[in-house]
Amino acid sequence: MSFLEVFEAHPWEAVRERVHSRSTADVEDALRRAAANTAGAPLRLDDLCALLSPAAAPFLERMARLAQAATRRRFGNVVQLFAPLYVSNECHNVCTYCGFSMLNKIPRRVLTDAEILAEADILKRLGFEHVLIVSGESERRVGTDYFERVCTLLRPRFANLTLEVQPLPAADYARLRRAGVSAVLVYQETYNRAGYARHHLKGRKADFVWRLETPDRLGAAGVPKIGLGALYGLEDWRVDSFFAGLHLRYLERAYWRSRYCLAFPRLRPHAGGLEPKVEMRERDLAQAMCAFRLFDNEVEISLSTRERPGFRDRAAAFGMTTMSAGARTNPGGYAEAERALARGERTLEQFHMSDERTTAEVVAALRAGGLEPVWKDWDAAYDAPAASM
Amino acid sequence: MAESIAASGAEIVTVALKRVQFDKIGGTAGGTTGGTGDVEASGDAILGHLDRERVLLLPNTAGVRDAREAVFVAQMAREALGTNWLKLEIHPDARWLFPDPVETLAATEQLVKLGFVVLPYIHADPVLAKRLEEAGAAAVMPLGAPIGSNLGLRSRDFIRIIVEQARVPVIVDAGLGAPSHAAEALELGADAVLVNTALAAAGDPVAMGRAFRLAVEAGRLAFEAGLPAAAFAASATSPTESVTAFLED
Repeated sequence: MSFLEVFEAHPWEAVRERVHSRSTADVEDALRRAAANTAGAPLRLDDLCALLSPAAAPFLERMARLAQAATRRRFGNVVQLFAPLYVSNECHNVCTYCGFSMLNKIPRRVLTDAEILAEADILKRLGFEHVLIVSGESERRVGTDYFERVCTLLRPRFANLTLEVQPLPAADYARLRRAGVSAVLVYQETYNRAGYARHHLKGRKADFVWRLETPDRLGAAGVPKIGLGALYGLEDWRVDSFFAGLHLRYLERAYWRSRYCLAFPRLRPHAGGLEPKVEMRERDLAQAMCAFRLFDNEVEISLSTRERPGFRDRAAAFGMTTMSAGARTNPGGYAEAERALARGERTLEQFHMSDERTTAEVVAALRAGGLEPVWKDWDAAYDAPAASM
Repeated sequence: MAESIAASGAEIVTVALKRVQFDKIGGTAGGTTGGTGDVEASGDAILGHLDRERVLLLPNTAGVRDAREAVFVAQMAREALGTNWLKLEIHPDARWLFPDPVETLAATEQLVKLGFVVLPYIHADPVLAKRLEEAGAAAVMPLGAPIGSNLGLRSRDFIRIIVEQARVPVIVDAGLGAPSHAAEALELGADAVLVNTALAAAGDPVAMGRAFRLAVEAGRLAFEAGLPAAAFAASATSPTESVTAFLED
């Protein structure tokens, strides 16, 4: 049994119909449930449908108030900060929307030990304790051996290591867990199988099912935190959001020892040049975030630097609990940025960032909004037992 | 008893093995599965009254104090009664008859390996419920209140969490003293209830059996229909600054 069986029981078109046909009364009912839900019980999938539906759009202010209250009740007035550390942009996939796509003529890099440590030093200096290790998908040059090496280098320097790389077999996740990885993010991009095939043309990533079943393998390997999400802009965001919720609900029951986090990347212009096929307005993104927060009070919600500062500063009202700051999305980007800054040049990144503020500026903005940044919320000691598992 | 069971519409009846008069069971059980033993024709004081065409017999291990005893008794039951279904209850505590979580988990692991369909009686402990599910339990049976107390669904909040998380049926066992308690459990999403004292000690056990049947049906229907949310003051009353006005499009 994996999520595939649950997934196949929900045809895309049927879900589309289910979400788009919700009425104002359905939305009001879901909001009543959310308002009554002071014990933090999960709402039903039907409620998620209603909150994601077009009928919910006029209720956004009310959804946001409830989402804000639920978030503060569960998480307090804090936002967890992390920094991505891109270790490689080597990639053997051809994906229509990504700057790392194999066909893009960009300089490829795999960071050496010295380069990784140079990035680590800069992030440490900025105050980061949670680091997201990111790479393109290149099994040969950047596989489990490489990631294990990266973890060995970074483990003594940071409190928490999270991985966002190609899907791996369960045994590899167990190895990386022993090397100190405590969270793994694998976004499905889209749950629309035909659409997925249109956007993932070549490479291992073209295998929809391998990717879909990755969170099952993470759960089986005992990874403490698992990240899910869809890339908004490829297909109908409401339907993709429903599937992310379905996936989340399945995983929470199946792998109950793990925690879960969601991310909401919206497709932005990048080096490859694909414009978003499906429009998702800022208002829609806020609706999706609120719907998830009300559907599941426990799940962590992260927001990337793709969004503009004005949105990120206020997104805690929609349920955001985690954010990156001062991010660089090219390998060696932190060191390069320091050098480029001196020369007044720009660098080539995976996607265009809207929030280019420094870490200090982001922190100041959070504080001004009454939120306390959290730098450390894990410790290597919690990874030690995994070595004996 | 038989009339009360029939009136209740119960589909499963559990019988304490310690009460079974094995020497009075007619026929031979023969084998470990499939054979039913000729219990209906038996002279056993309890089993002789059960219509096994209509109800599933669920032997229970009440009286055992640890996993070792439970596994021994279970194997005896399978031989004698010809069923591999088992309600596992291990209570070393003589006063409250509370189930021992450590021994219950150990016994479940062993019994599942031995081919039993195990339904463990437990405290309303969500973590234990998940551990048992992983060990292969066919269902979990959290208590509503102490056995025989008729106090109702005192463990309501924890039962709710168990139901939310469970991937196996949840049967609320013990403490349900009135049909309304049973309805409440089913409304929460529990799959079934197990009731004894409330019927056995009722003025009219047959009428009470019927009352429980109606309550269970009503509770289940309400759960499936989707109960409306109950809340005073559904929306925020303070006219504070909008949290969405800043959105650009």
